[in-house]
Amino acid sequence: MTGKLEVVGSELAIRLRGVVKRYGPITAVNGLDLDVPEGTCVGLLGPNGAGKSTTMRLLTAQSIADEGELQVLGYRLPEESKPARAECGVVPQLDNLDVTLTVEQNLLVFAHLYRIARHERRAAIESALEMANLVDRRDSRVDKLSGGMRRRLLIARALVHRPRLVLLDEPTVGLDPQVRQELWALIDALRAEGTTILMSTHYIEEAQRLADTVLIMSHGSAVAAGPPAELVVEHAGREAIEVYGSPAKLAEAEREARAAGYQTRRTGTSISVLGVDGADGRAPEGERRAANLEDVFVLLTGEEIE
Amino acid sequence: MATRTVARKVKLGRLERPAITGVLVREVVNFSSYWRSATFSSTVEPTVYLLAFGFGFGSLVSTIGGYDYVDFVGTGVVATAVLFSSAFPAMFGTFVKYQFQRTYDAILAAPVDTEELVTAEALWIATRAAIYGNVPMIVAMFFGLDPSWGMLAVPFIAFVCGFGWANFGIAVSGFAKSIENFSYIISAVLTPLFLVAGTFFPIDQLPEWAQVLANFNPLYQCVELVRSAVFGWEGWVDLARLGALVLFGLLMWRVAIYAMQRKLVT
Repeated sequence: MTGKLEVVGSELAIRLRGVVKRYGPITAVNGLDLDVPEGTCVGLLGPNGAGKSTTMRLLTAQSIADEGELQVLGYRLPEESKPARAECGVVPQLDNLDVTLTVEQNLLVFAHLYRIARHERRAAIESALEMANLVDRRDSRVDKLSGGMRRRLLIARALVHRPRLVLLDEPTVGLDPQVRQELWALIDALRAEGTTILMSTHYIEEAQRLADTVLIMSHGSAVAAGPPAELVVEHAGREAIEVYGSPAKLAEAEREARAAGYQTRRTGTSISVLGVDGADGRAPEGERRAANLEDVFVLLTGEEIE
Repeated sequence: MATRTVARKVKLGRLERPAITGVLVREVVNFSSYWRSATFSSTVEPTVYLLAFGFGFGSLVSTIGGYDYVDFVGTGVVATAVLFSSAFPAMFGTFVKYQFQRTYDAILAAPVDTEELVTAEALWIATRAAIYGNVPMIVAMFFGLDPSWGMLAVPFIAFVCGFGWANFGIAVSGFAKSIENFSYIISAVLTPLFLVAGTFFPIDQLPEWAQVLANFNPLYQCVELVRSAVFGWEGWVDLARLGALVLFGLLMWRVAIYAMQRKLVT
């Protein structure tokens, strides 16, 4: 008997407490707490190596945690991971489609792997094709598809069994901006339907647009969590000042701002002076702009993202 | 350990049929895209051996151990065909699927466990071996091998033997650090076993220690069983041989699961 756990007062699709995962000397996940309420989209935001992908693998029991508690859809992991996996859809970071098969054949295989009843298979494949806008390409071999279509198929494949929870690992990594927006629309539609989503990303904009709640990860643990707008206000204030100029000027502006007690970050061509709301003249001259999630990230972790 | 006891208590749904079916469906659908090349290599290779030895050697020796040489080789090469269509595809296919195509990552994210994955893959390869294994025998029939009812048992023998070698291949792939490591296994394990299996010459010409060792060679047991099936059963001896092959299969099955679990679940 599987028997779901009685999670007291919980509508949590995912609940992690104190999760630790080590690979030899490397601690990939270090005491992570994570809550994903049902019907929401939670974004795991962090640079490469923050432990996002490891967290994703832990959720499907493809990695086994060394410490901590993990629950997915009320099932305790890793021992009850199989029934949990049956109700999850996973979009991996690295494309693992069967490239010599057609679009439809790929979906057919996963309709079987996810145990869709025979009489429902046809309809499930059709609706996945429609969702991913691949109806016209159903008979194309995967190796003939563009990168964007392959990624859409990867998402369709994860949705073929109408999962309650979808895990998206860097869903738009390596795609050009236009294709990325196309995928955002797809993910947004899914969210609008009430599917619970956990999405890892290192694109600030992606997290800001799609996630109800963002969890900022650094070195394997959460450094902050909350709705993107609230995180920004709470940690970075409302505005930042962007100072442009020659490298020498930038260095000087940086020195001055720091001396005045502001935090700064370099963005390549400029210096961002953070948390300058109600500026009292101490802040350097520059262009004012709204604070964003990237500022929060840098403030909290001292790391640049990307 | 507390976790261990929990795991045992909730060990629900091991080796579930839908999971195994799902993996098999994937293989069958994929097979539709590469069956030509697979069939070509699995039939042409043993046929070449059969023709080369049958005619090359057969011109020197007409009978061996009481059999026409072509009959002797035609039945013996069945085991070779089984080996070629099980151990090799298992080794390379498994490696490609987890390392390069990452197929197993996708499958294990679905409600399929490593045990089911390995079992389904081995069953699939064994089924192919059961079919391709007959090719040399059928070719030999064109060169004078007389049909017999016992031949109907050959696919079954090929299946049991193929299951063991498929799991052997999966296990090798699970333990191997790189695909280059396969050459050690091919040169040091498979080639000797393949040559000392009584396929091309009877093993009673070998030194006694080698004859004793040959009994531990599953390919030798397969060769002997096939000959018994075609030329006449030998009773208990054949049953013991079948038992040995079943044992080999079960042992390799567990080893393959262990190796892949280690590789796939980190």
